[in-house]
Amino acid sequence: MKEIVVISGKGGTGKTIIVASLAALAKSKVMVDCDVDAADLYLLLQPVTQERQEFWSGHKAVIDKDKCTQCGLCQDLCRFNAINEFQVDTISCEGCGFCYHICPEEAITMQENLSGSWFTADTRYGPLVYAKLGIAQENSGKLVATVRQQAKLIAKKQGVDYILSDGPPGIGCPVISSISGVNLAVIVTEPTLSGIHDLNRAISVCQHFNVPVMVCINKYDLNEDNSRQIENYCHSQGIEVASKIPFDNVVTEALVKGLPVVEYSDNSVSQQITQLWQSILRLLENK
Amino acid sequence: MIIAVASGKGGTGKTLVATSLALSLENKKPVQLLDCDVEEPNAYIFIKPSFSHKETVTIPIPQLVEKRCTYCGKCAEVCAYNAIAVFLKIVLIFPELCHGCGACSYLCPEDALSEVNKEVGILEIGCSKGIEFIQGELTIGEAMAPPVIKEVKRHINQEKLIIIDVAPGISCPVVEAVKGSDFCLLVTEPTPFGLNDLALAVDMVNKLNIPCGVVINRDGAGDSKVEEYCRKEGIPVLLRIPLDIEIARLYSRGITLVEGIPQWQEAFLSLYNDIEQIAHQTQG
Repeated sequence: MKEIVVISGKGGTGKTIIVASLAALAKSKVMVDCDVDAADLYLLLQPVTQERQEFWSGHKAVIDKDKCTQCGLCQDLCRFNAINEFQVDTISCEGCGFCYHICPEEAITMQENLSGSWFTADTRYGPLVYAKLGIAQENSGKLVATVRQQAKLIAKKQGVDYILSDGPPGIGCPVISSISGVNLAVIVTEPTLSGIHDLNRAISVCQHFNVPVMVCINKYDLNEDNSRQIENYCHSQGIEVASKIPFDNVVTEALVKGLPVVEYSDNSVSQQITQLWQSILRLLENK
Repeated sequence: MIIAVASGKGGTGKTLVATSLALSLENKKPVQLLDCDVEEPNAYIFIKPSFSHKETVTIPIPQLVEKRCTYCGKCAEVCAYNAIAVFLKIVLIFPELCHGCGACSYLCPEDALSEVNKEVGILEIGCSKGIEFIQGELTIGEAMAPPVIKEVKRHINQEKLIIIDVAPGISCPVVEAVKGSDFCLLVTEPTPFGLNDLALAVDMVNKLNIPCGVVINRDGAGDSKVEEYCRKEGIPVLLRIPLDIEIARLYSRGITLVEGIPQWQEAFLSLYNDIEQIAHQTQG
């Protein structure tokens, strides 16, 4: 079983559109949406939910007003400025428990925090695991680890060949949690100066964690000079640019219809995504 | 006034809006532009500032003073993040898990944990034309963006108009950047993804009690459901930027909309006036 994650650094380069199409192209697979902040893959795969689980993670401090003598020690020591006027700001509280340990009146308790939920579902392309992180919650990295673990369990049980993972933007906690230990990270970029900057950082994070990388340039014809620059850079790093997808509003049309673009059209966008999938298979076979 | 520019979904045009809004106002009032998307800071590409100041952002992490340690295990017991483990006569510290709360060193009965600073990012300050520009950049391999965002926001000068470019999503880095703002602009696109993530972002700003308004970018590309949602929820659509290959090409070259097509300046000025009015009404 091989795990492939699609990331981008910069948001909105087309990760989810591509993962949905790979889901339609791959034969034996489980899909997992690791963008737990703003999960969108389910909108294209039209899942039928099988199971919903609450995700409890971390703690928040709670002050018992009757016991509190307003000595102020907790406020002085909290490094997250989460206690003001003897009240806990649950959005700023990082659940460290420092206040709980030092309160001389034992007026503070740490309460477990419901920070989201995750789902297993059936789609016509195969099983999907996805999650919804609660608004303004922490621990997205742990929720990513949870959905990946579930996807692996399903993949093992059903004996499928691939796990296709839709990753989050950025390079921080949920991204690190999404890429650790995968067989391949496909980085989707766009030929804009922002895209190039963010691609460099996404490649660096993958290299930092020893994750093999492949690159796909979306909307490559938006700026062909920039696309060439990306290709040259990738070449110098020994990274394969597996496909160059042209700019075409057919992608948005398919999205509005709720379909993976490879099922909506067979134009050059679909051909390039098909080529990407073949390159992925080739690269994984040679490993 | 502090205006945050957020989105839920990535790549909808936050940086395009934040930079053009800042440039439209630079002759009218003193502006500070803060890039709080510290995982992927891009605003500098458009603003092209000359940086005059650079410093590292650190968090305090524990360091063992071995000769004092009795291996009692108190530090491991109090650490909520499993960043310290004690086995027999070995103390293991995992810096990448540490949030820098300071509980372990404060609560160590032997005073055997001092604190050292660990670099998690870089802060840079510069200016471009009349705009004071501040950005944070998370170090590669570091997981936690909020300490870097906090450091950027520590440089806020309330006497100026502050515009904050925020990361995509709705979790802790976004909340850290948005909280304390007087207004949040939510940039979206007219697609099912744009709508889904806009609704999440609206929930977030509601939770933070911050008034918001919407910018629809690539208007005309998809469907009308974002407009319908905004009408139903009573959220004002303050600006529409059409799907236009020329705008996308300018962006690809790192050119702001108001510099590439100066007629847009008026639209951004009127956007600012609308924001000011809404923020004022909310306060009043």
